[in-house]
Amino acid sequence: MSNVDTHVGTSGEITPEGGYRSRLSKSWRNLPDERRRRITIVLQVLATIALWFIDHSLGYGAAVFIVFLWMPKLTPIPWRLGIQLVMVIAFAIAAAVGSTSISIAILLAVACGLFWIPERQRRWALPLTVLLVAVLYPFYLDHLFTIPVFGAFPNVGTGVYMIVFMMMAVGLNIVVGYAGLLDLGYVAFYATGAYTAAWFASEQFAGQKCPNPKFNTNNCPDQLVPAHKFNFGATGVIPGTGGIHISLWILFLLGGMITALVGIGIGLPTLRLRGDYLAIVTLGFGEILPQIALNGQSLFGFNVTNGPNGITPLDAPGFGHRLTVLTGGFLPSNYLTCCSQSLLGHRIEYEDVFYWTALVLLLFTVFCSLRLRDSKLGRAWVAIREDETAAAAMGIPLMRTKTWAYASGAFFGGVAGAYYATFKSSTFPGDFYFNISVFILCMVILGGMGNVWGVMVGAAFLAYLNQEGLANTGAWINTNIHFGGWHPNIDVPLYASGIYGLIILIVMLFRPEGLLPSRRRSAEFHEGVHDTPLYDVTHV
Amino acid sequence: MVSLIGLALVGLVVFWLIVNLIKTPDDFGQNTLIGITNGSIYALIALGYTLVYGILELINFAHGDVFMLGGMFAVTFGDMFGLHTGQTGLWLLVVVVLLLSMLCCAVINATIEFIAYRPLRNAPRLAPLITAIGVSFILEDIGLIWKGPSYVNFPDILPSSTIVTIGGIQIGWQTPIVVMFTVPVLLILLYLVQRTKQGKAMRATAQDMDASAIMGINVNRTISFTFVLAGALAGAAGLVYALAEGSVRFDQGFELGLIAFTAAVLGGIGNLAGAVLGALLIGLIQAYNEGLSWHAPGSNWTDSIVFTILILILVFRPAGLLGEQTPEGG
Repeated sequence: MSNVDTHVGTSGEITPEGGYRSRLSKSWRNLPDERRRRITIVLQVLATIALWFIDHSLGYGAAVFIVFLWMPKLTPIPWRLGIQLVMVIAFAIAAAVGSTSISIAILLAVACGLFWIPERQRRWALPLTVLLVAVLYPFYLDHLFTIPVFGAFPNVGTGVYMIVFMMMAVGLNIVVGYAGLLDLGYVAFYATGAYTAAWFASEQFAGQKCPNPKFNTNNCPDQLVPAHKFNFGATGVIPGTGGIHISLWILFLLGGMITALVGIGIGLPTLRLRGDYLAIVTLGFGEILPQIALNGQSLFGFNVTNGPNGITPLDAPGFGHRLTVLTGGFLPSNYLTCCSQSLLGHRIEYEDVFYWTALVLLLFTVFCSLRLRDSKLGRAWVAIREDETAAAAMGIPLMRTKTWAYASGAFFGGVAGAYYATFKSSTFPGDFYFNISVFILCMVILGGMGNVWGVMVGAAFLAYLNQEGLANTGAWINTNIHFGGWHPNIDVPLYASGIYGLIILIVMLFRPEGLLPSRRRSAEFHEGVHDTPLYDVTHV
Repeated sequence: MVSLIGLALVGLVVFWLIVNLIKTPDDFGQNTLIGITNGSIYALIALGYTLVYGILELINFAHGDVFMLGGMFAVTFGDMFGLHTGQTGLWLLVVVVLLLSMLCCAVINATIEFIAYRPLRNAPRLAPLITAIGVSFILEDIGLIWKGPSYVNFPDILPSSTIVTIGGIQIGWQTPIVVMFTVPVLLILLYLVQRTKQGKAMRATAQDMDASAIMGINVNRTISFTFVLAGALAGAAGLVYALAEGSVRFDQGFELGLIAFTAAVLGGIGNLAGAVLGALLIGLIQAYNEGLSWHAPGSNWTDSIVFTILILILVFRPAGLLGEQTPEGG
């Protein structure tokens, strides 16, 4: 029972057409435009009213959201301008009366303003605005309104978490979105990066010796001291500790490179396998590496990973004294002890500095990802994704190109892992379970495979959900939803993985190209592709 | 060169086994029994993977969790019938529980196919695989909501006495009972696939979906039937597991599912006999690894070993032990 062509013809009746879903969408598509629009509007208004009855702010939020959905379809003058003005002024008045925060009105004004930027400038104006909003986030966070259902805006620590996962999602997007290779073990790259940072910026390899050279470690009368110490430009090292300490800025890069090497190591023997087999093999590696980390406190007699206790603490990142003085205090010498000054009425905390650094790393990741996409290599990835045989026939070296995809994806996973380990100042094997791989994959799928912006939105949203959103939502559900005397008492974060599963299922069934798809990927999903299975073209 | 490395690895394992057999023959025998018990359960699950893969080329990730739900059904029905030792017609009731679990899982599996996989039949290959992962997580949560996060116990009806002691090897009731439940289910499956018209349709669809559709086979119904069969096997595995291990938990499906999938790949995915052979081998390897004393890595490394086998098989012999060697490796 093998050798099945899954792509059963494109012609009429013998194709086992996809059941209830296609029938539903077909009858919907057959309705006239005008009628469809009317039904949509009625449904949206009804939904808004229903939500208003559950929770007033939820209703308003839904109304604003729906208005924004229709905004691009309205004639700019007078309708779009009029509605925008009405909306902003209404919220401003509400804020003045004191029933809501002025931040909503300001945010809406900014969002509305984006509609008036000419098409050609929007390409850079939009990302720039988002970047500005993100950079200034710690300053205005305390003055923000609360979102209906989701509660308060994420704090800065969650912001770092979100950015780290955005980096990983962008990295995975290179493998899954660009090259079309399903990687179910991305967490292995995350783990490699984290452990690289942990090994070379902590006490892990300090060893022990007796301060008095006459004795050995077993019969030492005094306190044992670290045997080895190596420092290469590291700041934030706790005085008196041993071990290897390399500057974290080098380590982020090193972590990425080592992870890329691991990616190549995993890729070389396995990348000639077909898509689904490859997925399983990556899953296997994703399970093996954390188990090695877990059992690594006595690997052939060496304590490599400190086992389930993990490696902690790590050095704090920083720029050292000289750079701090040189830049007039702009670059902090040590992130953990840096900050006491106030700026724009906001006292800068160490989390803020981590957040900004993460933003810089994310910018770097996105820049590389976009440049890679448009490079010769990126086009080769897309070609392989769409049709391996044709790509091979056009002279694209399959193995090398796929391995590059793996290595680049792994690189960013490693950098993100190294950075996050530094932020947490620890790394534990328990952080690297399979569901993290699926979690990151879920971000890529939800956002839209292949589109960096979509993937980042998906990642930010899901990471936020995981860190704060689910708990807040659960609290909201438990207080606001009740039927008669019945109150739910659901521990929502407990069911996180099932919720991600549901997201995957719904997205794959109803919008397989994701929320913000790349146009090309979307076409592949809707018109179907003939990705005839290939084992190893070079050997056939 | 590649096959030489493979042979050397196999030789090393055989050497390790022989040394252990000579050093501690009793342990070896006892662990063989454990291996056969676990292997039988893996075989039931692995067959579900193989059936579905054979016909759709889809790694049905959710299968392990259907098996988990099967265990939950077994516990529920077991409690409902109030199974206890010394009951009249106890084993008849257990068979009824078995059939009920099989039925429930068959329905669930067919429903999953209808909702989650059928709409994606023409989508890119990886789409249904990703969906399957999503379904797997959803099922796991259903198990969590249904029975809570702790172990739920199956009525303790397995006699704890030893049937016979050969040398130092104690043969309990666990192994024979598991085998007694597994073998008939396997035989019925074999009969269904090899001898019935529906089975013939299945094999035809697996070979070529277009051609079978032209020949008047209802492809969709055949695929549904395959999922029903696979689900029933998962249900049977669920009961046998609950019976042998005594308890089930919401997250058992994922790990056992992966082990069973490895077994299916080891035997040659799509090949029924291969799945059983692979499952027994994996069961034995796992038992030897966890139970033997001379240079056994121990249970901490079980997952790594299973996955290493999976990777090595996929890299060196993607067709598996009994599968045909095809250029695609499937």
